[in-house]
Amino acid sequence: MIGALIARDMRRGGSTGAVWLPIAFFALIVALMPFAVGPDARLLARIGPGTLWIAALTAALLPVERLIEPDRADGVLDQLVIRGMAEESIALAKIVAHWLTFAPLLMIAAVPGSVLLAMDGGSLARTELALLVGTPGLAALAVAIAAVTSGLPRAGSIAGLLLLPLAVPLLIFGAANALLLEAAVSLLLTAGAPFVAGAAIRAART
Amino acid sequence: MTGLLRFEQVALRRGGHLLFEWLDLALGPGEAVQVMGPNGSGKSSLIRLAAGLLRADQGRVERSALALADDKLALDRELPLSRALGFWGGAVAEAMEALGLAHLAEVPVRLLSSGQGKRATLARVAASGAPLWLLDEPLNALDSDGAARLATLIAGHRQSGGGVLAASHQPLPGEWRRLDLGA
Repeated sequence: MIGALIARDMRRGGSTGAVWLPIAFFALIVALMPFAVGPDARLLARIGPGTLWIAALTAALLPVERLIEPDRADGVLDQLVIRGMAEESIALAKIVAHWLTFAPLLMIAAVPGSVLLAMDGGSLARTELALLVGTPGLAALAVAIAAVTSGLPRAGSIAGLLLLPLAVPLLIFGAANALLLEAAVSLLLTAGAPFVAGAAIRAART
Repeated sequence: MTGLLRFEQVALRRGGHLLFEWLDLALGPGEAVQVMGPNGSGKSSLIRLAAGLLRADQGRVERSALALADDKLALDRELPLSRALGFWGGAVAEAMEALGLAHLAEVPVRLLSSGQGKRATLARVAASGAPLWLLDEPLNALDSDGAARLATLIAGHRQSGGGVLAASHQPLPGEWRRLDLGA
């Protein structure tokens, strides 16, 4: 059932075009940076990795409203629970599906992004590695926040206020390329998020 | 447990308001119980309690494998109906035939009318193969043909040893034991 749910979520994201929105947003933020700070290549290269991370974090906010709420409102979560699936397993499936549709596209979009920011190959490779390590934590955090805010009015804005502060450790260690610390934070978020999201899904049931 | 569903001295509170207490209910193979009562008497809550989606404040609820049809579609809108139902598995083709949905197999779920949507949620229950069916207001939005098909399905399910718990404020076709929550 977990595999079927992952496949279904990935198909839905792809076929409705929803997965492209955060990627377009990511590319747009990266493209704005040279306009904001000017065409100085040395300055751009220096702030490049941090810019990619800020863009990744803001892009991670966009899908939050479609991760849990539509399935809660439409009774899909209820039907899964009736079939004996634990809320934590549902959350885990959603994290895996979200990461698979979010992270690879983001990492591909980071390549043209690095060109706009005049980053060299080594700097890009290090940032890609940090994104690979950090994005599971970011995806897990997005699903947990989506579950906590599902059913609330203006959930999107509240989700932003919750997600961005909690993602600060990922941002700090990711942009500083402290890979072990980034991995530790990412692991903690990925391991904890299914339980937070599972409890939130149970609590939101009426 | 020999039956399909058993409530023992169950109490349920929603939003600080006591819906019912000391409720006993046993549902065995071949039996059908209709929960009746005015709006807000707790019919849907009782169904969700039976489904395990709510927890009883007091008492015990035991249940066998079950399927639930309520007012939520739980089908992917962009998919054709047969594929959307297929996600939930079971004997989908037969169930669609039984509810008169076979000609809609290739129609996207988002284009279905509310009556057709209701039939689709009943088809998911029929396809599930679960011994216990929980139906929340199964007649809502159904036309007379749909209601007749539902009655046939329920009769067949009971004959093969299944049980049905349905909540409805209007009389359901067939023989039902009644549980009245209104008071």
